[in-house]
Amino acid sequence: MEATSRAFTANVRQALGNETLQQALGKMRAGFPLARAAAIRRLPEFEALRDQGKAIKDHTLAHLDHYLEAYERAVESAGGKVHWARTATEACETILAICQSVDAKLVTKGKSMVAEEIALNDFLEAHGIEPVETDLGEYIIQLRHEAPSHIIAPAVHLVKAQVEATFRANHTDLPEDRRLNEVGELTDEARAVLRQRFLAADVGITGANLLVAETGSSIIVTNEGNGDLTQILPKIHIVLASLEKIVPNLEDATTILRLLARSATGQEFSTYTTVSTGPRRPGDLDGPEQYHVVLLDNGRSTMLGGEFQDMLRCIRCSACLNHCPVYATVGGHAYGWVYPGPMGAVLTPSLIGVDAAGHLPNASTFCGKCESVCPMKIPLPRMMRAWRTREWKLRLNPPRYRMGMKLWAFFARRPGLYRLAGAVAIRLIRFWGGRKPGFGWLPFAGGWTRTRDFPAPQGRTFQSLWAEKQRSG
Amino acid sequence: MDARGQILSSIRMALQRTASTGDAAAAVARRLAQPERNLIPARTALDHAGRVALFQRMATIVQTTITTVAGPEAVPAAVSQYLAANNLPAELVMAPDPALDVYPWADQRLLTIRRGKALDRDAVSVTGAFAGIAETGTLMLVSGEDRPTTLNFLPDTHIVVLRADQIVGPYEEAWDRLRRAGAIPARGNLPRTVNFITGPSRTGDIEQRIQLGAHGPRRLHIVLIEDPTPAP
Repeated sequence: MEATSRAFTANVRQALGNETLQQALGKMRAGFPLARAAAIRRLPEFEALRDQGKAIKDHTLAHLDHYLEAYERAVESAGGKVHWARTATEACETILAICQSVDAKLVTKGKSMVAEEIALNDFLEAHGIEPVETDLGEYIIQLRHEAPSHIIAPAVHLVKAQVEATFRANHTDLPEDRRLNEVGELTDEARAVLRQRFLAADVGITGANLLVAETGSSIIVTNEGNGDLTQILPKIHIVLASLEKIVPNLEDATTILRLLARSATGQEFSTYTTVSTGPRRPGDLDGPEQYHVVLLDNGRSTMLGGEFQDMLRCIRCSACLNHCPVYATVGGHAYGWVYPGPMGAVLTPSLIGVDAAGHLPNASTFCGKCESVCPMKIPLPRMMRAWRTREWKLRLNPPRYRMGMKLWAFFARRPGLYRLAGAVAIRLIRFWGGRKPGFGWLPFAGGWTRTRDFPAPQGRTFQSLWAEKQRSG
Repeated sequence: MDARGQILSSIRMALQRTASTGDAAAAVARRLAQPERNLIPARTALDHAGRVALFQRMATIVQTTITTVAGPEAVPAAVSQYLAANNLPAELVMAPDPALDVYPWADQRLLTIRRGKALDRDAVSVTGAFAGIAETGTLMLVSGEDRPTTLNFLPDTHIVVLRADQIVGPYEEAWDRLRRAGAIPARGNLPRTVNFITGPSRTGDIEQRIQLGAHGPRRLHIVLIEDPTPAP
């Protein structure tokens, strides 16, 4: 996927002006946070589980090489095969070679963010293989040639009428006069169309929420059951997963699963949690004949040991997106690449470079909500700040921004001067404003006043009011 | 260097060490060979009857339906009644699992039963389960020669026969039972597929409105066989 993260500001402007998108985001804003809060109220141990989840991942990352080696041995002893891929290209080529080994024409896919990251669909299509997304949201956006705008609700930017139009435009062999107004009718139609694809597929590709070193298993979590039909019906099951998905044992996986669904959708547990180990066994009546795991690095190993290692604890639950005021206002596409929201603002520069994605860490009010809801306690604001520092050091910000920051920094480092300048400026603005309650325009504040008034100051600075309050106790 | 070698050495370089030895290596080996339980929510700390009740409550919340029967002989009739009550055909595909042979299916003359894996045309499936997990009202099903996984996903209606003594508190107890059953005698030897199923299939992908029956079963029904009442 071509990153447009550099154009974040333009993307945002477009998103804010898109009424349908704003309508769709409005429906999302309340739902997920309320459901999560309710789930956590029902589980008093949630905080303690967060600490344990974090500790499990920290331990695993500190011994990542050993757990990966143990995992590989276990996969092989169960009759599966592990393929290591340094880059997106290597992963795509490995998957293509497996597909070509059985002359595959049709591939069904469970939802996978890593597949988006390596742009697998484009690659397969370019080589004459048809990939079909089977998660309902993912299927809708595939038909529309769009990227997912949310990790667990990829079509969250769309409203029902758009889905109807998409189905009518694509399912042209169905009667034109069919009813397609209700969510149920849309879901049933996708179910019927995709059922035939499941049955016809030569290869099924899923991601993995977790890999278990103890047993060599991959775990996927879905509500639809699409991941299961993807992996049990075709001859070959390919698991595409990044390195950091690994945990030591089933008990550790279980602890993380307790955190995952509650943080994501507010469910106690997702409908389907499936633990897969190797290909079908002798005597089995169904299941894939071959089981392959493509283990992707793509820059993750170099994140270890540094200030962005904590990001490798991420379990892709979307809690940070669901609670982010910026995400809720601009949606996922504005971020310009695969991973949106606060986790994307930290991960994207790590994976595609701060020069290509440097602006994303600025898309935060630093309200801290993302870190407070993260089940893995990832210090997202701290890492966004670290990226901002790098962006500054590499001189990637626009010149006007740098000038403004330098000017502000000059005063900020001289508190006496800052207070004096603040008091003078505030009096000037007040004087200039006369009796007006606010300004529709101010010099150097066009970014603010374009969309809202700047309130007229009442004559005192915050610092002087604060100092007075402290004195009076 | 090949991809594998390069990724592993890149990890070691980033972690500023070579392959671990001594205590660190021993800690990893122990965690793989002797997995220990992490925190288990107190909600499952109940006696057996309490767990059975919790299982039923949690399963019902996620739209699983449950019929309780007093003994194994009542299972086939309960299945027939469920099918009739939901206007479903009296025709089903059943796992070739010998554990299901103990129920008197022949009593239900109107019921057509095929044993095997599920095909696209099958509307109703019947399977057993390895365990019921009270913590979240979750069923645990494991694959095997006589337990094909397609039965759990292809048909519109999935009926699961579960004995109350199969109900455990937390997931960890179900893992322990699977380990004791010899299913994990060595690493890499789990059954091919372990399915945790918590309610019928659903999606919220269109405007976050929950719709049952996305790709898997639209209905999940449990016939729960109560524990035998102890003789007076």
